[in-house]
Amino acid sequence: MIPITHAVALSGILFLLGVLGALTRRNLIAVLMSVELMLNAVNLALVAFSRQWGNHGGQLFVLMVIVVAAAEVAVGLGIVLSLFRNRESVNVDDASLLKW
Amino acid sequence: MVEATQSEMIRWVPLLPLLGAVVHGLLLAFFRRPLGRTLTIALSCGSVIASFVLSLLLVVELTQLPAGSRVMTDSMFAWIGTASFSADAAFLLDPLSAVMILVVTGVGSLIHVYSIGYMDDDHREDRGFARFFCYLNLFTFSMLMLVLGDNLLLMFLGWEGVGVCSYLLIGFWYSDKWNAYCGSKAFIVNRIGDFGFLLGLFLLFWSLADAGHAAIAFRDIQPAFEHIAANTVMLPSWLSFLPGFPEWNLATLIGLCFFVGAAGKSAQLPLYVWLPDAMAGPTPVSALIHAATMVTAGVYMVSRMSFIYAAAPGASAFIAWTGAITAVFAATIAIAQTDIKKVLAYSTVSQLGFMFIAAGCGAFSAAIFHLVTHAFFKALLFLAAGSVILAMHHEQDTDKMGGLRKLLPITHKVFAFGVAAIAGAPFLSGFFSKDEILLAAKLSHIPGHEALYAIALGTAGITAFYMCRLHFRTFLGESRASAQVRSHVHEPARTITVPLIILALLSIFGGEVLGPATALDPAIALGWLDPEQGNAFARFLGPVLANAQHEVTHAEERWLAVSSVAVAGIGALLAVWMYLLSPGVPVAIRKSLSAVHALVVNKYYVDELYDRVFVRPLVAISDRVLYRFIDAGLIDGVLVNGSAATLRGITNGLLKYAQSGFAQSYLAWMALGTAALVVYLATRAA
Repeated sequence: MIPITHAVALSGILFLLGVLGALTRRNLIAVLMSVELMLNAVNLALVAFSRQWGNHGGQLFVLMVIVVAAAEVAVGLGIVLSLFRNRESVNVDDASLLKW
Repeated sequence: MVEATQSEMIRWVPLLPLLGAVVHGLLLAFFRRPLGRTLTIALSCGSVIASFVLSLLLVVELTQLPAGSRVMTDSMFAWIGTASFSADAAFLLDPLSAVMILVVTGVGSLIHVYSIGYMDDDHREDRGFARFFCYLNLFTFSMLMLVLGDNLLLMFLGWEGVGVCSYLLIGFWYSDKWNAYCGSKAFIVNRIGDFGFLLGLFLLFWSLADAGHAAIAFRDIQPAFEHIAANTVMLPSWLSFLPGFPEWNLATLIGLCFFVGAAGKSAQLPLYVWLPDAMAGPTPVSALIHAATMVTAGVYMVSRMSFIYAAAPGASAFIAWTGAITAVFAATIAIAQTDIKKVLAYSTVSQLGFMFIAAGCGAFSAAIFHLVTHAFFKALLFLAAGSVILAMHHEQDTDKMGGLRKLLPITHKVFAFGVAAIAGAPFLSGFFSKDEILLAAKLSHIPGHEALYAIALGTAGITAFYMCRLHFRTFLGESRASAQVRSHVHEPARTITVPLIILALLSIFGGEVLGPATALDPAIALGWLDPEQGNAFARFLGPVLANAQHEVTHAEERWLAVSSVAVAGIGALLAVWMYLLSPGVPVAIRKSLSAVHALVVNKYYVDELYDRVFVRPLVAISDRVLYRFIDAGLIDGVLVNGSAATLRGITNGLLKYAQSGFAQSYLAWMALGTAALVVYLATRAA
């Protein structure tokens, strides 16, 4: 059996990759993908712990997260589309009007 | 304690005038439309007259009870209730409050009727008529609460209520700023007195509770007071100049605190200054509030608390001396005044001083007796003066009057009877009550009672002098008014003359009927009446008041009466000589004693003194320190605007750059924050 540490370490690595991608990538679609990566890293950890403790609550949460993530992607892509129509760009730095 | 008879009718005595006030008040406040003239009169005068009739019935019922148990109560509801303290909204009718409600509703009814005629003349404000009667009814209600209240708190409620109504009615013609100023002055000076009342109330209640006999109703306080009557208090060292320092009788301290309240309400030195200025109000107000009823509340309160003063000889002596000094002080001011209402106002202050002489000497029934007769003749004098003022088109200066005898025959006659009554002409009402006070001063055991008697006697002479002077200058001699004014002078409407005549009859016969207190009564002197049966008034009040018993022979009493009549006669003759026979004398005196004359005409510069010593420093402190420094500087400047400016400086100079507009920088901050949180939680868990 794969020890829990392996799964948690993988989850951590995936999460960090997601954070780095979301912080550094300028392409809005890539940022969205990085956010998905973070969500799935969390999902992995939830499933792993669920198995570790024999508690199905974690798996239920994962299903919940997947559903919410699907909705979030739909909204996110809608914003990207709308941004592109207005700016002809999907660069996050081009949408920085709301400031001091 | 005597068993009280229950009667649910008592509550309607104060509630009927309240009803009138509430109806008028609601209509004026919410609909801006007063009742019609007839309805206003019917409601206001009707409610007070009904209240008077009810009072009469109740007092008759009261007198039919056996003499020792003449107490009727009416408890409406529990007003304040805690474990250790409870006060009911309850009314107490005993001989003392019986006398007071008859005066308040009786004289009040006459003045309400008189006001119909007097206020008809007033075209200065559209809603004035109904507004006036609204306040007048509210005043009657408050005054009845004051005298009928069964406990100190309810009495205080009425006490404050009459103060408010006095303020409202003095400034009734508020479009003239001076009137509004006078109203404020009356209210503020009264507040100073009320502070003393409150201190006395707290001190009394606190010491009773401390002794384990908490009580607030008069009927409970009286027996409970015995437990603390012997208590003493230690004075702080800065009061070492006071006599009897450092240990004072607690009763003396309580009594003095209550007397401060009485001095404010009843215009005694040094708080009398508001009463002469209160004459800015309409004349019926001066008659009802500032002569007959409200200003006597202090005398009533001291009499109600007579058991405290019986245990506090120091406070009693202080009251008697304050009364005597006030009496002579105000009487001398009245000599030189020319405004007809001002003379009457100072005369009221002086007569209230007389009442306090009696109260201080322990002759509370004499004080109440003089209160009643004074209510008759002073209301009469004020209302007659109002009739003159109406006829002269709101002219109050006697320098512009004179010779009104032929033009105003009825007013002239009733005014003459009023003057005779206050001067102490034999067998009129003032004669009996004033002689009883002089007798009390003569017989009392307070320090310097011989001097007290001499002052009171001398003041009686001065009173006769200035009242005759006022009468002569107004009604006799040559007219000093312009021909145009004179041609319009005529006797006022019947609503004015009828109350005047009734009050004149009361002023003439009131003293005789109410029970000539002494052997001065001709019926007793001639042997028609047993002297023991004569002193009906004092015997009626006896069970309520802590009376000092007099031991005096009838011969002594007659001698005292003769001397007081003689002194009054000298005063009156002096006025006849100076103002009728040789009119050059006052002018000559004024010239040769110009400094003294200026001092008296300017009321000893007391108003100016108070202005310099109290008013101006207070205004200066309020303006410079409290307003400019603390309010505008500290609170507005530093706390409110200062904190806002500081916050704006920080955000504008520093924090706003955090709002960069780059979504990823927010994300970075969030990540950092989350990381910091994780580190914190992890280290704490470890």
